[in-house]
Amino acid sequence: MTAGEPVLEVRDLHVTFGDVRAVRGVSYAVRPGEVLGIVGESGSGKSVTSAAVMGLLPPSATVTGSVRLRGQELIGAPEKRLTALRGKTISMVFQDPLSALTPVYRVGDQIAEAVRIHQKVTKEQAMVRAVELLDLVGIPNPGQRALGFPHEFSGGMRQRAVIAMAIANDPDVIICDEPTTALDVTIQAQVLEVLKTAQRETGAAIVMITHDLGVVAGFADRVLVMYAGRPVEVGAVDDIYYRMRMPYTVGLLGSIPRVDRGGRQPLVPIEGAPPSPAALPPGCPFEPRCPMAVEECSVAEPALLEVGPGHEAACIRWADVGVRPPGRHAAQAAAAVRGGRGAQEVVLRVDGLVKQYPLMKGSLFKRRVGTVHAVAGISFDIRQGETLGLVGESGCGKTTTLMEILELVKPQDGRIVVLGQDTARLAAGDRMAIRRDMQVVFQDPLASLDPRMTVHDILAEPLRTHRRGDTGSRVRELLRLVGLDESHAARYPQDFSGGQRQRIGIARALALEPKLVVLDEPVSALDVSIQAGVINLLDALKSRLGLSYLFVAHDLAVVRYIADRVAVMYLGRIAEIGQVDTVYDGPMHPYTQALLSAIPLPDPERERTRRRILLDGDLPSPADPPSGCRFRTRCPKFRTLAANERSRCVESEPEVRALAQDHGVACHYAEKLEVVQNHEESHP
Amino acid sequence: MSLQEEELAEELRQPPRAPSRLRMVGGRFFGSTQGRIGFAVLAAMFLLAFVGPLFSPWTYTDKDFTAFLQPPSAEHWFGTLQTGADVYAVTLRGMQKSLIVGLLAALLSTALAATVGAFAGYFAGWTDRTLSWITELLLVLPAFLILAIMSPLFGDGQWVLFVVMLALFLWMVTSKIVRGMTISLKQREYIQAARFMGVPPVKIIFRHVIPNLSSLLIVDATLNVSAAILTETSLSYFGFGIQPPDVSFGTLIADGAKTAVYAPWTFWFVAALLVVTVLAVNLIGDALRDAFDPSAARKVRR
Ligand code: SF4
Ligand code: SF4
Repeated sequence: MTAGEPVLEVRDLHVTFGDVRAVRGVSYAVRPGEVLGIVGESGSGKSVTSAAVMGLLPPSATVTGSVRLRGQELIGAPEKRLTALRGKTISMVFQDPLSALTPVYRVGDQIAEAVRIHQKVTKEQAMVRAVELLDLVGIPNPGQRALGFPHEFSGGMRQRAVIAMAIANDPDVIICDEPTTALDVTIQAQVLEVLKTAQRETGAAIVMITHDLGVVAGFADRVLVMYAGRPVEVGAVDDIYYRMRMPYTVGLLGSIPRVDRGGRQPLVPIEGAPPSPAALPPGCPFEPRCPMAVEECSVAEPALLEVGPGHEAACIRWADVGVRPPGRHAAQAAAAVRGGRGAQEVVLRVDGLVKQYPLMKGSLFKRRVGTVHAVAGISFDIRQGETLGLVGESGCGKTTTLMEILELVKPQDGRIVVLGQDTARLAAGDRMAIRRDMQVVFQDPLASLDPRMTVHDILAEPLRTHRRGDTGSRVRELLRLVGLDESHAARYPQDFSGGQRQRIGIARALALEPKLVVLDEPVSALDVSIQAGVINLLDALKSRLGLSYLFVAHDLAVVRYIADRVAVMYLGRIAEIGQVDTVYDGPMHPYTQALLSAIPLPDPERERTRRRILLDGDLPSPADPPSGCRFRTRCPKFRTLAANERSRCVESEPEVRALAQDHGVACHYAEKLEVVQNHEESHP
Repeated sequence: MSLQEEELAEELRQPPRAPSRLRMVGGRFFGSTQGRIGFAVLAAMFLLAFVGPLFSPWTYTDKDFTAFLQPPSAEHWFGTLQTGADVYAVTLRGMQKSLIVGLLAALLSTALAATVGAFAGYFAGWTDRTLSWITELLLVLPAFLILAIMSPLFGDGQWVLFVVMLALFLWMVTSKIVRGMTISLKQREYIQAARFMGVPPVKIIFRHVIPNLSSLLIVDATLNVSAAILTETSLSYFGFGIQPPDVSFGTLIADGAKTAVYAPWTFWFVAALLVVTVLAVNLIGDALRDAFDPSAARKVRR
């Protein structure tokens, strides 16, 4: 930790909107060069805190307390002084880079403008500085890109430009509010790397606000955990991850799926949902969900107590909270034996599936200017009782694949066979039968439930459609099955929390006792503590009802928990497919290796020692994929090859080859590389 | 887990009534003050219109040649017209016609707008093209002229035809709005979910699309009640609407307006009843909209 005077000091900050107390007493200090991580779930007040520090809250908010930037008080300071400080001494990086850039100005001009507001330089000098900054944040061809407009940049590039703007004036503090949440993991790894460079260059202190405990583990020096508008635990990063003293932190860490842990052990979700800031319980705000709660807990809200050097926790039972040395959680039962695949019936087979969209241009007269090859010939199958995880970053074609399967029509090319029926030759009656046996759960539970229907009607709809009698008792049974109360049937979807809504979505999918359930990112819209409960539910239902899942996700850690087999997609092709543990423990395709190594682990020690394979650049456009191997423009392996070896990658497209039993890889030069060692192995 | 036992327990217990949408909406409609008042007033108006005439010695065709243009008295409760007709009797008779014409035309036109718009938006392709073409055609036809030309047909007992014609010229604009909203609703995941569940398209339209446009449709229907009554009034004013000897609010207001200054009873009773009717319909509309919209209810409760 860096010594010295704190550059930013927040003391007893409170923010209220009307009677809602969004932030209730936050204090922290950051020193130059220090990184403070503020972690919390949605509604914990973490973003409001940073907005209050920047003075960016709407006038309806009442802010009290003290925020000192280099000794200057910011709360109550005149707007003029704040404007002079913002962007110069303190700057901010937001989650959505598009909102931080003005769409009608060139990116370079915007950065130059940021320079010129606070420094007396000529236009040309400012522009030169802007190009330098773009270079610093790793934008290729910075001179040329500086002339581009924000919409011409990809998400990752935009975030880099925003970081360039944030460091334009050598700020003392950079506040990053979920800077990588909207990005794919390989891009997230790049941007985090850029942030580290930026910090090195400017020596600024960084306040990193995030919900992702993995991102913080490898990046922060100190961590502040927020719950219900208050810090509940503060300490050095190792204290928080290995010597935590607050049951909430324990719960949070226990509920994150980790990519480095072999599957089949259930996650430990935190019961219930966070309290609404408008109706807080009288005592400890975590009391209703705390597994260690005792009677005293509901008497008064515990204050932050010193529990170790530089380590504070707000729990009266902190001394009893079990500490977790690195790797302690690893002692797990051996993964359940996953029997041979051959014996089971195939419920879904996709064979050489192709889906292309015409790319249109012009508003009045549309003309076709190209073809988007969204899915370019993929094959996989799912057997009875099996879960296949289909993973990939945005734009890889996984959602298109899923939609093609759900449409139940003849694909443009290839074959889809659902439950033994080829979709190209379906009669109306057969299609209806498949619609009964194949169900879907969508990503956003609120969008997938009709807001105007009661839960009863929602759950009864599939039953009525397929003429199953006695809906009333079946609906009650379904609600119990997914862990909801029968009395919930009379409510509307909006009366539920995110996790409960997703349970309703799952209940609806199970109403007809399907054989195959297609899950489209079913947990990615949920907070970690809630997500764990839904993952466990899905897993339990699968074994109890003998379901098969097609699980589409971008989060590889979640897939490791739930899937038996995994298929990694890149730009419309399958890069690697195989049994989950085989793929995760010994990925052979360079893309899988990069993807796995990019996922941050909630384990500071391992994060520090880990080797990360960083990919260059962005996903190429699916309208114009590279010749030969589609991954070659970004492939780290490709760069190490000799010229004669490379020509093979450029000229011929690798097909998926079986390299081991149930392990197929689409790379000419595949070799094993361990990028995430298993927890068990590293800590015997 | 023994499912059998559970099922048995299930059988033994009297299952509570399934909380389906219809019941919820009904419950919430009558749970709101607005809804109760609106409904009560409108019911009272209907009662008055259909039962009221039974208590009066006069019918709407009777003429009292001893009392022309007399103010209200024990004999003639609302006074008499220039022709000697009893105002109470003719007003109630007019109200019967106007209530039925107004409500029916409004419901019919909104239903037409919802159905045509939702089908055009949901199915796209040639269905959309055909329906949109019809909509546009009706939009450019001179409605008033056609109604005027057809007016001789609306005579004796043909008011149903009149209602249909009125409705036919009221629905187009709403239908275009509904079509646009359906196109965006169609992308929503809950519609997709229903589709992938195997729910037939027509059912999706009536179960998911139209209920989610209910706020718009109810406001539209409420406005249409007034619009229908007023269109009828103006048609009747020119002599094209309800044909004598039958009367309606329109014909009564047209006649009453001429004598309103020196014989206010010929005009004010009709006008007041018209205002009360429109208000009641609006109250019902508001309450219905809130009852359909789950988020509105919460705002009220808070
Ligand atoms: S104070 Fe009590 S309820 Fe709160 S976290 Fe500690 S043990 Fe749990
Ligand atoms: S085929 Fe070549 S370019 Fe493609 S992944 Fe393998 S090594 Fe890389």
